[in-house]
Order: sequence, then C-alpha cells, then structure tokens
Amino acid sequence: MSSTHAPAHRERTTTIPAVLVRVLFLGAVLAVAAFTVPLMIELKQWMWLTVMVLAAIAIFILYSTKRFVPGKYLFPGTFFLVVFLIAPIILTIGYSFTNFGDGTRGSKEQAVDSIVANSVQQTEDSTWYNLAVATQGDPVEGPFTLFLVDPETGAIYRGDETAPVQEIPADAVTVASGFVTEAAGYTILDAREVNTAYDALQALAVPISDTSAVRVQGANQAFEGTTVLSYDESTDTLTNSQTDEEFTVGKVGDSEYFVDADGKRAFSQSWLQNVGGSNYERLFTNAGIAKQFGAAFVWTLIFALGSVLLTFVVGFALALVLNDERMRGRRLYRSVLLMPYAVPGFISLLVWSNFYNRDFGLINETLGLHLDWMGDPTLAKAAVLLTNLWMGFPYMFIVSTGALQAIPNDVTEAARMDGASRLQTTLKVVTPLLMVAVAPLLVASFAFNFNNFNAIQLLTEGGPFLPGEYTRGGTDILISMIYRIAFGGSGADFGFASAVSVALFALTGVLAAIQFRFTNVLEDVN
Amino acid sequence: MSTSTTPRLPVAPGTSVAVPRRMSPRRWMAEIGWRHLIGLAAMAFAVFPILFVVSASLNPLGTVSSSGLLPKAFSLVHYEALISGSRGPFLQWYLNTLVVCGVVAVTQVFLSTLAAYVFSRFRFAGRRIGLLSLLLVMMFPAILAMIAVYTMISDLGQVVPVLGLNSLPGYIVVLLGGSLGQVWLIKGFFDTVPKELDEAAIIDGCSHWQVFTKILLPTLTPILATTVLLALVGVLSEFLLGSIFLTADDKKTLAVGLYGLLQGDRSNNLGVFAAGSVMIMIPVIILYQFLQRYIVGGSTAGAVKG
Repeated sequence: MSSTHAPAHRERTTTIPAVLVRVLFLGAVLAVAAFTVPLMIELKQWMWLTVMVLAAIAIFILYSTKRFVPGKYLFPGTFFLVVFLIAPIILTIGYSFTNFGDGTRGSKEQAVDSIVANSVQQTEDSTWYNLAVATQGDPVEGPFTLFLVDPETGAIYRGDETAPVQEIPADAVTVASGFVTEAAGYTILDAREVNTAYDALQALAVPISDTSAVRVQGANQAFEGTTVLSYDESTDTLTNSQTDEEFTVGKVGDSEYFVDADGKRAFSQSWLQNVGGSNYERLFTNAGIAKQFGAAFVWTLIFALGSVLLTFVVGFALALVLNDERMRGRRLYRSVLLMPYAVPGFISLLVWSNFYNRDFGLINETLGLHLDWMGDPTLAKAAVLLTNLWMGFPYMFIVSTGALQAIPNDVTEAARMDGASRLQTTLKVVTPLLMVAVAPLLVASFAFNFNNFNAIQLLTEGGPFLPGEYTRGGTDILISMIYRIAFGGSGADFGFASAVSVALFALTGVLAAIQFRFTNVLEDVN
Repeated sequence: MSTSTTPRLPVAPGTSVAVPRRMSPRRWMAEIGWRHLIGLAAMAFAVFPILFVVSASLNPLGTVSSSGLLPKAFSLVHYEALISGSRGPFLQWYLNTLVVCGVVAVTQVFLSTLAAYVFSRFRFAGRRIGLLSLLLVMMFPAILAMIAVYTMISDLGQVVPVLGLNSLPGYIVVLLGGSLGQVWLIKGFFDTVPKELDEAAIIDGCSHWQVFTKILLPTLTPILATTVLLALVGVLSEFLLGSIFLTADDKKTLAVGLYGLLQGDRSNNLGVFAAGSVMIMIPVIILYQFLQRYIVGGSTAGAVKG
C-alpha cells in the first residue's frame, strides 16, 4: 500500500495534539471492547463478539502506525458496509438452510422448557389466587406480569414468564377488595384489555418450581398446578406422568418435533435446526410455490421493464417537445415538471393509493368511471404502473433534457442541411446519440424497479389477494412477496423467505452483470 | 462528468436568430403552440396529485369522498390536530425523521468522501477490485437481508440496549450500512479537481489529512452539501426497515407514522395525513427548485443513481 506521488509527507514530524487524539481514540476503542466483550460472551452473541474483536484489531493495526494510509480512510465506511450489508447477506444464506421461523426461534432446551411449563394442570388441592395482569410494555403484546393475592392469607405474589413467582411486601402495591389495583412501574390491564390479550395469557405459565407453575384461568383468577410432563435428557423423551405416554423426537415435514407413538406432532413447539436444501426444494419443486414464484417473477419483469419504458418514453417525448429554443417559459415548465421527483416517494405512493378508491377515488370521480381499481388484478397492475409513471417521468425528462442539450447543434444542423426532415433528424440522429448517454441510466432504473418494494407495499400492499391466498397478491413483485412470507399474517417462515431472498440475490447478480456490460464500467476504472 | 455542465442558453449560431420576425398565428401554432399545449397537459398531470394533497389538507371534512383538486372550504383544523398530537405524536415523528435523515445523510456522505478521496488520489493494491466490488455490493438490495438484520439488531440490543430494536440509534446504525453508496459519485467530483493542486500542497509539507481537509474539501463543499441534501431526501422515504424496527409510537419516523395513520382509519385520517404530507413536501420541493441546476446536470453524471 503506497502512494505513487506523495512520498514527501512521510518525513514530517508528528505534532503533540495529533498523538494525543490518536491515543485517546485508541483508548476509547479499547474501553468499548473491554466493556462489551464480557457481556457478549455471557449472552453467547458469538457473531457480535467476532465483529467487535476483529474491528478492534483492525483499528489498532490501521491507526496506531503511519502506514496503511488508504486503509485509514476506507475503514469506517467499509466497517458499516461489512457489518450491515455483507454479514446479513451471509447470514441470510445460512438461514435459508434452516427452519427459522415462528415457533422455531429458540434452542431445543427452550422448546422443552416451554412444553413442560405449559403442561401444568389443575389438581384438587390447587391453590387459587386473585389475579391482576400487569405489563411494563404493551397491553396487547406484553410481556405480562401476574400479580397474585392469596385470598386466604392475603399474601401478595408477583411473577412472569422469566421470573418465578415471588412473594412481595404488601406496601409495594395497592390492594383493593382482594385484588392488586396499582403497582409502581406497571400498568394494570383492565377487563377489556385482559380480554384482548386472553390468548397470550392462556398460554402463559409462570413457574414456581421445576414441577409447578401458575396459570391464568378466566379474567381474574389463577391457579397453582403441577406439571404433568417431564423431560428425560438421557433418552431425549418427554413423559406424561398421568398417562405414562411417551413422546420422542421425530420429523414432521422439514422440522423435528416431539411426536407421539403414531409419529404425529404432539406439541407445536419446535426449535432452530438445519433442514438442508429442503427450502430450495420447496421453492423449485413444489408445484404451487414454483407457480407463485414464477408468476411473481414474470410480473416483476413486466413491472420493472414497463416502468422504465413508460417513464422514459414520456420523459423523452416531453424533453423533445419542450426543448425548442423558440419556446418561452421553458424554465417554468422544467421547474413544474421537476415537482413529482421532489415529493418524497412514500408520500406520493400513499396519496396515489387514495385516488383508486372505487366509490370516492379521484380518478373514478373525475373521469366518471366505476372501475374497481384495487379489486381487479389487471387494473391494480395498471394502477401501479400509472403511479410509477408519475413518480418516474420527471427523472427521465431531466436526464433527456440534459442529454439533448449536450448534443452539439451542428450535428442536427448538418442533418437538416442534408435534407432530413425534423422528424427524421429526431429519430435517426438525435435519438441514437441520446441513447448512448441514457442507456446506462435506463439499466440502473430497471435494476432499481426490480426491487422497488415501496412502490408495491405502500400503494396496494400486494393486493388484490385471491381468496385463501396470503403469500402473493396480484401486484406482488418478488421482494414484496418475500416480505409477506417472512412477516406476513400467516405465520413467519424466515427460513423459506431467506431461500427466496437468495434466489433473488442470484437474479440481481445477473442484472448487475448485464449492467456492467452496458456501462462498460470495467474498462473505465483507472 | 463531461456532461455535467449543460449549456443553459442556446449558443449555436444557426439558431440564435430564432425569431427574426413575428410568425403568423397559424405558423406559430404549427411550430410552437402545440408544444405549449403538450407542456400544459404534462404540467397538469405532474401537479394534480400535489394540488390534491394541499386541498385535502385544507378541507375540514378530511375524507376521501369530500376531497377534490380544489379546496371547497378553508380550514386549518388538520394542521391543528397534527400539531396538538391528538392523532399521533406528529412533532415527535418529525423530529425523529430529522435526526435520522440528518445523521445518516451526513455520515454517509462523509464516509463516502473519505473513501472517494483515496480511490481518486492514491494508487494501492486492491484499488480496482475494491471499486468494482463496491459497485456490485451496492446493487444488491440490502432489504432482502432484512430478516438477518432484524435478528442481528435484536441480538445487539441485548448487549447494548441503545442499539437495539425500537430505538433510533439502532435504526440509524443499520442505515449506515449504505455508507459507501456515494463513493462513485464523489470520486467523480474529486477527479475533476486537478492533481497539481494537492501535489503542490504536499511539496509544501501538508500531510494527506491536511490535503484532504484544507485543499480538497473546501473546493468541493458546495457540491458535497448538495449531495448531503439529496441523500437526506433519499433516507426520508426509507420505509421497510423502519416499519419492522420502529413499532413504538414515539420512535416512528414520518414515513412509518403517516403510513400507520392512514392505514388505521383511511376515511377519517386523510386530512391529517395530507396536512402532514404538505409539511414535509413543501420544504423538499423548494429545496429541489434551488438545486435544480445541479440535479439537471448531475442526473446524467452519476451513471448509478442512489
């Protein structure tokens, strides 16, 4: 690593402030590392531990000496690029070989703990408590804390999923008619809120000991019961102490679960595990999914190509029409036509989404139509393209105007002299010259629209959806389909979504190769 | 960069005698008038959604059905509702967005400038491959890896809560993943500054850091400031990661917050949404008008746009 033209500055003496800044900076890095590394080890955050250690080493190597000058400048940006762009891509590839998703986030131990705690059953001598549900977070999402009052002794207890039930002093809370009504630092849920969160509360099991736990029953009661299931590590089985039924680990679909003697899935909990290439198998061989993927891919291509063509044709035509020196007010036209480009994209899309309302939307109202824009897949696609045209044509107009003005006038003059008509000059001389300058931008615009998530999500949310179809709506492009698989309502399936992402990465790579070819960028670097 | 300074006036001798005498109305119509007609139609198409937003923000009813292109009544109730925070902490969102956009845009452009400086001025092993892989990496849509980013940030939040989910610093840090996005553009700017300038400075005893801060940065300040502003508007529209990361009401950005507002009750919140949009849109439109000259030139300069 050396600079070819700057050898002289190496000989300079170092100033004291510069040394001071350097020492302080390196000291700060060391302090941060010393603080976070033990924490990361404790929390088993191996990935972040690696990042931290490597970053600290790199900083010391690069900034403690006078060597590696380019590295000093490149490191900060590269650090963020590697950690938040490249590492996630590698992780995504890793996820695509797992069953990562809802119910399979945790380790096997966590799944076993959850199954055992949930097997709590009421017995005849169960203690009943007066219950108040509280939260320090969201009254719908939780996490929830239970405040219990033993009606016989008046003792007050508190516990949640991670902290076992403990008795708390009476002066820590306010108790009215046998129920906790106020607790510092907590919001007590009212009856309506408890009702809203009831499903989550039903599943809640607050442990007391290894074999007993408290569960919610009704809106204001909870009981203490004993766990029926127990886990035996040596045989890797769960045993029901009441029926003596045994559950072993078995494969259901792609993932392992605890299954009963017939091999049927006995509990919904599973754990993170390697599933090999089955996500890819599903993507490419499952007829239903492959069809969805194929349909989304075709529409993605149409959407990206259509957007580029429409915006370019309109923008270029306008540039041709308005680029006549004899016209007055050309600057005004340009200022006004620039406006859609200046409106932040999310606003444009949300505003346009209102225009397509069947009964009150501006388009139907103004044109006297009665089209169900958002209910018909073809119309919805047209709506997406029309909106994208509005958002994109100013850019193409500006680009074309700039390129037109860069074409020397004598070229067109010469064509006119040779007897070409205005139209011929435009089509045969101006357009080819302009395409040279604009083609790379068109390819870039295509690549951008290929993954233009906002244009779909904010306008149609992928809709309209066919009945019973959740993963892909009529206007879903590949990237918004991935979003729906990963975060959609029908249960998160991160592993499969990652496999689709990887497929899309590969497609983008092909696009990049095409773009490189178009822009000849490989030869340009010097 | 060759086309970045577009001629703003007709200069060719053949056309400078454009209107030697008044044309007949018929000829004027055939040669120029129709251009104005198309121009006016295009202007109407460009402007009507903006008119709609302004008019909806002033319409006291604030519903989709009652809003048209021209305000039927004038009232500032939606602006009042917005500022008072009765429909959501709008001012907090505004502030969040300013913080996020400001920090991300400035950091991004600064880090890109650092890298662009060495790519433009130094020759070192891996330079060419670095520039090319940068181009390739920036083409990959970062949001495809959103699941991984989500788990990474939720893990990081356990170690350093400030950088976790539902926190602005965590969100900012993720967006900084695009820190080298403007390297190619800014490298182009650096390439236009003659090398003799910094060579002279080095002979006079400047270090590479002094060349960077005292010679090159001052010459490029206006264009870098413009790049920051454009980057800022780009970050403004970031929606996907924001919608996954920022779920608490007081942590949302404008894009996420206004989307939620409109999604929550589309028929009744339109007016408030429109008022909020006007308050974001107007500053940006004015900004773009001032930057127009640069945008017209710069749009053809950067082969790979944002």
